[in-house]
Amino acid sequence: MQRESESTEEPEPPGRRRRRREGRTRTVRSNLLPPPSAEDSVAGATKGERLQRLGCVQHVADNRLKTTKYTLLSFLPKNLFEQFHRLANVYFVFIALLNFVPAVNAFQPGLALAPVLFILAVTAFKDLWEDYSRYRSDHEINHLGCLVFSREEKKYVNRFWKEIHVGDFVRLRCNEIIPADILLLSSSDPDGLCHIETANLDGETNLKRRQVVRGFSELVSEFNPLTFTSVIECEKPNNDLTRFRGCIIHDNGKKAGLYKENLLLRGCTIRNTEAVVGIVIYAGHETKALLNNSGPRYKRSQLERQMNCDVLWCVLLLVCMSLFSAVGHGLWMQRYQDKKALFDVPESDGSSLSPVTAAVYSFLTMIIVLQVLIPISLYVSIEIVKVCQVYFINQDIELYDEETDSQLQCRALNITEDLGQIQYIFSDKTGTLTENKMVFRRCTVSGIEYSHDANAQRLARYQEADSEEEEVPRGGSSQRGSIGSHQSIRILHRSQSTKSYWRTGSRAEAKRASVLSKHTAFSSPMEKDITPDPKLLEKVNECDKYLAISRHQEHPLAQLSPELSDVFDFFIALTICNTVVVTSPDQPRQKVRVRFELKSPVKTIEDFLRRFTPSRLTSGCSSIGSLATNKSSHKSGCSFMSTLSNDSMLFRLEERLGQPTPAIASNGYSSPADSWEPEYPQEPQPKQELRFEAESPDEAALVYAAKAYNCALVDRLHDQVSVELPHLGRLTFELLHTLGFDSIRKRMSVVIRHPLTDEINVYTKGADSVVMDLLLPCSSDDARGQHQNKIRSKTQNYLNLYAMEGLRTLCIAKRVLSKEEYACWLQSHLEAESSVDNREELLFQSAIRLETNLHLLGATGIEDRLQDGVPETITKLRQAGLQIWVLTGDKQETAINIAYACKLLDHDEEVITLNAESQEACAALLDQCLHHVQSRGSYTPEKTESCVNVGFSSLYLASATSTVSGPSPSLVIDGRSLAYALDKNLEDKFLFLAKQCRSVLCCRSTPLQKSMVVKLVRSKLKAMTLAIGDGANDVSMIQVADVGVGISGQEGMQAVMASDFAVPRFRYLERLLIVHGHWCYSRLANMVLYFFYKNTMFVGLLFWFQFYCGFSASAMIDQWYLIFFNLLFSSLPQLVTGVLDKNVPAHVLLLKPQLYKSGQNREEYRPRAFWLNMVDAAFQSLICFFIPYLAYYDSDVDMFTWGTPITAIALFTFLLHLGIETKTWTWLNWTACVFSIFLFFTVALIYNASCATCYPPSNPYWTMQALLGDPVFYLICLIAPITALLPRLFFRALQGSLFPTQLQLARQSAKKYPKKPETTKETLAQKHFPGDTKTELSEGMNTSPFETLSKDCASEASQHTQQPSCSPKTNREPSTVDISVPLREDTVLEDLGAQAPGSSRPDEAVLEACPENSKRKPTSSSQEAPLPSLFNLPSFSSLNWISSLSLVSGLGSVLQLSRSSLQMDKQDGEFLSTPPQPDQDLHGLQGQATDYF
Amino acid sequence: MTWSATARGAHQPDNTAFTQQRLPAWQPLLSASITLPLFFCAGLAFIGLGLGLYYSSNGIKELEYDYTGNPGTGNCSVCAAEGQGRAPPPNCSCAWYFSLPELFPGPVYLYYELTNFYQNNRRYGVSRDDAQLSGLPSALHHPVNECAPYQFSAAGLPIAPCGAIANSLFNDSFSLWHQRRPGGPYVEVPLDRAAIAWWTDYHVKFRNPPLVNGSLALAFRGTAPPPNWHRPVYELSPDPNNTGFINQDFVVWMRTAALPTFRKLYARIRQGNYTAGLPRGAYRVNITYNYPVRVFGGHKLIIFSNISWMGGKNPFLGIAYLVVGSLCILMGFVMLVVYIRYQDQNDEDDDDE
Repeated sequence: MQRESESTEEPEPPGRRRRRREGRTRTVRSNLLPPPSAEDSVAGATKGERLQRLGCVQHVADNRLKTTKYTLLSFLPKNLFEQFHRLANVYFVFIALLNFVPAVNAFQPGLALAPVLFILAVTAFKDLWEDYSRYRSDHEINHLGCLVFSREEKKYVNRFWKEIHVGDFVRLRCNEIIPADILLLSSSDPDGLCHIETANLDGETNLKRRQVVRGFSELVSEFNPLTFTSVIECEKPNNDLTRFRGCIIHDNGKKAGLYKENLLLRGCTIRNTEAVVGIVIYAGHETKALLNNSGPRYKRSQLERQMNCDVLWCVLLLVCMSLFSAVGHGLWMQRYQDKKALFDVPESDGSSLSPVTAAVYSFLTMIIVLQVLIPISLYVSIEIVKVCQVYFINQDIELYDEETDSQLQCRALNITEDLGQIQYIFSDKTGTLTENKMVFRRCTVSGIEYSHDANAQRLARYQEADSEEEEVPRGGSSQRGSIGSHQSIRILHRSQSTKSYWRTGSRAEAKRASVLSKHTAFSSPMEKDITPDPKLLEKVNECDKYLAISRHQEHPLAQLSPELSDVFDFFIALTICNTVVVTSPDQPRQKVRVRFELKSPVKTIEDFLRRFTPSRLTSGCSSIGSLATNKSSHKSGCSFMSTLSNDSMLFRLEERLGQPTPAIASNGYSSPADSWEPEYPQEPQPKQELRFEAESPDEAALVYAAKAYNCALVDRLHDQVSVELPHLGRLTFELLHTLGFDSIRKRMSVVIRHPLTDEINVYTKGADSVVMDLLLPCSSDDARGQHQNKIRSKTQNYLNLYAMEGLRTLCIAKRVLSKEEYACWLQSHLEAESSVDNREELLFQSAIRLETNLHLLGATGIEDRLQDGVPETITKLRQAGLQIWVLTGDKQETAINIAYACKLLDHDEEVITLNAESQEACAALLDQCLHHVQSRGSYTPEKTESCVNVGFSSLYLASATSTVSGPSPSLVIDGRSLAYALDKNLEDKFLFLAKQCRSVLCCRSTPLQKSMVVKLVRSKLKAMTLAIGDGANDVSMIQVADVGVGISGQEGMQAVMASDFAVPRFRYLERLLIVHGHWCYSRLANMVLYFFYKNTMFVGLLFWFQFYCGFSASAMIDQWYLIFFNLLFSSLPQLVTGVLDKNVPAHVLLLKPQLYKSGQNREEYRPRAFWLNMVDAAFQSLICFFIPYLAYYDSDVDMFTWGTPITAIALFTFLLHLGIETKTWTWLNWTACVFSIFLFFTVALIYNASCATCYPPSNPYWTMQALLGDPVFYLICLIAPITALLPRLFFRALQGSLFPTQLQLARQSAKKYPKKPETTKETLAQKHFPGDTKTELSEGMNTSPFETLSKDCASEASQHTQQPSCSPKTNREPSTVDISVPLREDTVLEDLGAQAPGSSRPDEAVLEACPENSKRKPTSSSQEAPLPSLFNLPSFSSLNWISSLSLVSGLGSVLQLSRSSLQMDKQDGEFLSTPPQPDQDLHGLQGQATDYF
Repeated sequence: MTWSATARGAHQPDNTAFTQQRLPAWQPLLSASITLPLFFCAGLAFIGLGLGLYYSSNGIKELEYDYTGNPGTGNCSVCAAEGQGRAPPPNCSCAWYFSLPELFPGPVYLYYELTNFYQNNRRYGVSRDDAQLSGLPSALHHPVNECAPYQFSAAGLPIAPCGAIANSLFNDSFSLWHQRRPGGPYVEVPLDRAAIAWWTDYHVKFRNPPLVNGSLALAFRGTAPPPNWHRPVYELSPDPNNTGFINQDFVVWMRTAALPTFRKLYARIRQGNYTAGLPRGAYRVNITYNYPVRVFGGHKLIIFSNISWMGGKNPFLGIAYLVVGSLCILMGFVMLVVYIRYQDQNDEDDDDE
């Protein structure tokens, strides 16, 4: 029940949640009433009346959906306004407008506006198109129809959605989509219930129950909107899906509370209910669904930030050039002005310009002329490239998940390249690393373990599923019922198969599962078919048989032995302690219902009295009437009762039941024979498979498990649960209360009346840590108490064992309430329930009061299987230099074991466990760990920065040879310590420590902590972070990270909605980052660099010319070329390259994940690259300027006949430069280049022939044509680009040969060995990183990979549950092989003793060390764990395999340290290290270990 | 992928080479081995081309004379000294005597060259009205503002041709005299002054305004010549096809030079006895010295040059090709060394595998 994600569904801690409602209410009244006029407001008319009128005025908002930003009229101004928010646009418009100033203009003013207008137009067109598609979808939605009650016609008429108003009455039928937020007033369901599916809203496919507003549910006749005169007061519209509060005020002034159970949310679908009627509370954009819809996200990527910084450099360069030019022009003016040079042009009035003024003018003009330096098209180009990248990522078939038929989804369009630079991955565990498919694995009941070996084998077989599965036809809806039986046959087949397992094998199964899961959440065949443990099955049968015989006795359960009784209760609890809804597959979404009594959950004291007074029926009924009338002033909605005659109600009741009174008299229990309702033709056949719709996968798993033991949940109504047992038949439990799960209590309970004993039972199911504390304390005096204690300690041992196996553990407990206790509790509970303010908190308190003094029944271990490819993916990501942190809400042991299973932790590496009790303890521990890590670090050549490299290299080799150990430690920290560590004073230390660690595991962390950790790493380490998660609890983390990835799994869509990228499975992260991230980054980085190069080079040409034109800001390049060069002639090839270039092929990237580091280290686009690029650009522009200059020196060439070849040369140089930078030449690249050249010459020819007198001042008539006849033109076009690029080519080639980068090597190897021979590439890969191997080997020798530092600041002494601090092992195989990490306490202890700062306060020390612990667990102390002291064995390759049993005891002997109890530590350490070490055992096991690899 | 082909999901992306980024591609690897032949080929080609260019440039003869008239440089210094007082300078004449020991092969082009003259100055370069020059009557009387301050005369008449470029028209004139025998009479060498401008300039861009009553002068009535001019534009030449805006000297001048040192074609010598070039003998160039350049430190040169397929004399291109070609070869050798070393490594690597 530790579903982290449910925290949003359940009320959060009450205190935090409360918000002031200061006047923020809305009042809704029926639209059918005539508008309130003066005579309505009587003198005594209350505030409500006034509000009513206000209400009518206030909420005229209709249900029209309008997501468009613009209207036809507002488009232009609004869009322009938005575009000018981008500073670059303002800049370019400013430059263009500067051209209108005659003194400084450089170009024709109109022409200068052209590019910026073009850019604006392109963006505007894009916006317009987007807006139009939004308009179209809005239109479609707005014109959906639904039934609205019309005042004129006095009936429901069809209206468009957009015509619905607040206060309208809407009638919805089954499977209709809810058009607005509607308060449920009437339902065809006799209980006043209605089921909705919220898949559209949050993706959860299970049904949710909604309830008619109290006071309307019991209404007899059909709801008549005309008679509805009540006023509804509720919150202002808000986006909190999980909360709704308000009250309904009836005419007579009575109030009833409204809760989220009464509200139907827009976008959900009505299921299981024929028809409902409700009043619209929020419409249109005020609905919660739309308020939650925040649209796509815009983030700025890191590369873009860096680029903006470089743009600023360019601006600076531009200003410098202009200043230089201005000074130069001033001097030039001074020199020639007095001399009355012929070429000096005075002002228009004949006066001559002062040099200073001229310089100022020149400065401005230079800015215009050199504006090209700031690439106007850069932003547009980047956007285009990113859109294309997103397209390609979306289209990648390898990221397509066949099971769910979903591809990767890019929700953020502009941070694709960030994917290539990630340094830290923060991952959720459940549903992200694991499948979130909970499978019942084993359980312990009453202290006896049932290992379910057959079940384990079955699960193992699922993993090696073979291809024959694919022959099995995919289960259509018609076949759904029979899958279970098919499955078992196939299992037999499969058990013979030994084929290796990878994705393909389980595809068919998964596909089937997905077909199913479209209708039912959490019910893949794997989860459903549970092979029962024979022993336990036998016991269950025994119970069943026995009870079937003795059920008519007074105390049927009393005859059972305590153990069998526990078994029985255990399964009952499994079956009913949940919120699972049963549906029948043949009639989907049809309730299978067997009603025996018209009754709602206990809602009032009277109700309680009525039901539980001994004289049940006749007297009870009359008392209802009297009580009800007497207490009609009671808040609850029973007011209607006063209007009804008791008799008629009873009569109706009996009529509807068609059920004889004895059935009622027996109160919940009816014999199998007469419990079946004959008038329900769709009554389920005994063999028919029912489907269970659960809110969380754990629940479903438990219900399926119980079903395997023939204890099947067959029906759940809001007031009763029916369980079917083979002999006992159908048992119907009266469901009194359901206390739902919440993340604070970590448990849920149901209160039922047991049909056999008529007792009131509380069944609680919850996290072991919580439930174990709530057990009824047993005195150890009497035998029974001792027995109980024994059971508990046994159970605790098993729980630990389960946790070590990575199972999710749940404790099942029970409490029997006496009627008095119940009545007492009920009183307060009802108060809590009916309170309007503070309801959540009161309910919470009430639940806590109930869930005490429990009797432990047993515990379950549920396996949450790892997703396919998770270990591989994590290994790859690690090799890629990514540091992976797992942040989970699960308990430490489970988390650690999952971490081992997915190779996040390695058995041969040190694990630092940080469990601190207090702030000081945490600080001290951090210091110790830091010291430890640093002292270790001194062995290794690299220190702080090396962490990543070390981690990588070791893993790299480890993956290849699986022998060498990784020296960097891993850190495990629990939620509480994390809270301390995240404190301002400690966060630096914590980060420093975490940075040294190979991986970090944060357990028991809250969503807030998750996001705090991400934020901390992001801000302090200035690292690129990626957060991946699937549930609502990951949302905050996803939002904080640089890149948020949501897994569109089983857990709903909330994570996806918050994410930038949504992947179907964790393993797709590998390709997304390593391939697409790398490509996107490399492409964009190269393109941005190229952009800067291009513009600098082009501007350089103009700048050099200033030296020859008196710095007068004249340009030899025609203004048209100048303005359109970037936009038209040279833009396409770079776009094509930016979109398509692959510096390394995908398969090589995947093979050598370490190539990803080039992105992390920003190798492609770092400041050095930028400046080198700029220098190269300057050089090239020098060449491209001076070759034409010298070639035409001393000739009669005119300005533009000389400038045009320079333009052409620039174009050729750009293309050739791009050619050098382009790694893959597809036909698109060629086409783009050819097209560019073609376009330039075509445009030039046309432009130069179009008008003889236009385009002043250049007036380039026939220039191009003349040039084409000039051989010198061709000659310089040949030599200049080649000369300009000669150095670059030379150095590239030299570097490529002499000092090739990893990327180049990878390309080379890819070329040598295209695609196929993976094995040779593996070796090749190794060979190419000799440096790595060397350092790694040296590390392997220098460092001590053996120490497992396990520090556990002792947890509360009072707590029974002594949790092992560090107990790594993996257990996937049925033949359990456990791995324990060798400890070396003595050194660690000395370490700690030498420097523990807390030692000055030994009195605070709480030591709870192993001997004590093991004493408490007699079973384990008998087999004292051999504490491996193998640290000096060089051959010890880190793996220490011991049997699972010894591991259990090993748990007890794990070192637990309190920060300040040093002397005692020492002793303990000695004590612990004394056990003899069977070395030979380990050697033997070592061999075994290698086998397992 | 066969499986996906049979059971295709609705959202399954297209499996095409383009969408999967599997387009066939040429993937050159920039390393010594691939650039080696490139460098050598380019180097050889460039050296060959360079040699050809160098020799063809060397074959071009050029004869130039600086007649700026700096003191002690010839008889033009007198005129230069006289012209010191700025416009209008006196119609001073000076001469340049030279002799050719052998035939100066034709066709011979006569250029004048100005140095330090910034025709590419921005404010100068825009100061013209192309519409006016194309003979548009409306533009004739309403010159564009860019022409200011040479837009309207002091009398308020529109200046035709307006603008600073036109105002600064080069107004020296040259005549060439040939003395066949020593002591013999100087015979005037015919200078072909037609077709010295771009064909398109002369025929398309520059047009006279429509004649009024058959008279160009009337067409230009109501306009004033630029302030520096001594005669109106329609009197630039007696030849009706060479006067007004279509005067070839004017058209040549109006094509502003790219660099502050520039030549402009004055005439071609290809008529009469001089079709083959200038025969040996003594020559005299009579120079009408009008244009003041000393004020801004400029020089005036007169240049005789013949021409090859690649234009005028310019050894640069040939040298550039030679240098770049040699560089390529040099780099090629470096690459060769690298390649040999690298190849060894590669072989070792291959052996390893």
